[in-house]
Amino acid sequence: MTMEKPRVKLPNKAKKGEIIEIKTLISHPMETGQRRDAQGKVVPRNIINKLLVTYNGKELFSASLAPAISANPYISFFARADESGTIEFTWIEDGGEKMTHRETIEVS
Amino acid sequence: MAVHGDQDGSPNRRDVIAGVGGLFAAGIVLTPLAAEATPEAVADVVKKLTGGKEVKAGKVILSVPQIAENGNTVPLKVNVDSLMSGSDFVRAVHIYADGNPAPDVATFNFSPMSAKVEVQTRMRMAKTQNVIAIAQMSDGTFFSSQAEVKVTIGGCGG
Repeated sequence: MTMEKPRVKLPNKAKKGEIIEIKTLISHPMETGQRRDAQGKVVPRNIINKLLVTYNGKELFSASLAPAISANPYISFFARADESGTIEFTWIEDGGEKMTHRETIEVS
Repeated sequence: MAVHGDQDGSPNRRDVIAGVGGLFAAGIVLTPLAAEATPEAVADVVKKLTGGKEVKAGKVILSVPQIAENGNTVPLKVNVDSLMSGSDFVRAVHIYADGNPAPDVATFNFSPMSAKVEVQTRMRMAKTQNVIAIAQMSDGTFFSSQAEVKVTIGGCGG
């Protein structure tokens, strides 16, 4: 498991219609497949190639990432707080392995 | 962050001529190492994206540093001017770079719930190069912005 410690920052309380910023970060080497180890062997590519974000089950935002994204990929974006519920974040690695993180938001 | 040593690691003759099987295997593994994104390669990828449609200037604001001391992590921010409602919204923002081993950097897909298009990330840059951000609008039009980043110490195989 090379994916570790997903971190998400968003306001857990918001007014209806408020535009909120969502910041995401996950620990991952984002191995490009370009690098060689001390023995001169190519280190195989292994990156997080996708981040999917849903808001109460509906797709809110997604990102497709290439090896040109830095290690420990940081992505921030915005959303409109329409209803209370759950915002779910799923990071997907090259091998298909997933890591999911959930945040709740209370909209008044 | 480990040093990305590609300078002394370009496909080596001995690797390539190590027998027929070796040649085949090495060919597959090593070809991407030799590949370089160029402005032409980026233009090709953009053409594939747009289906040859015109990409207009405007609407997109790409914020990158003029000089990046460390090419391993260059901050990047894209804003697109859009109401993000009704028929006027941004479907996606595509980021390309013309001096990395490959042109693709990232694609961000938005929904009407996004409310506002402002996305930030951090990218690798092998050397001084141009970054191109293309916004794909809901009505099928494309807008772009481009900026050069001077890189002091390259990341990802630079």
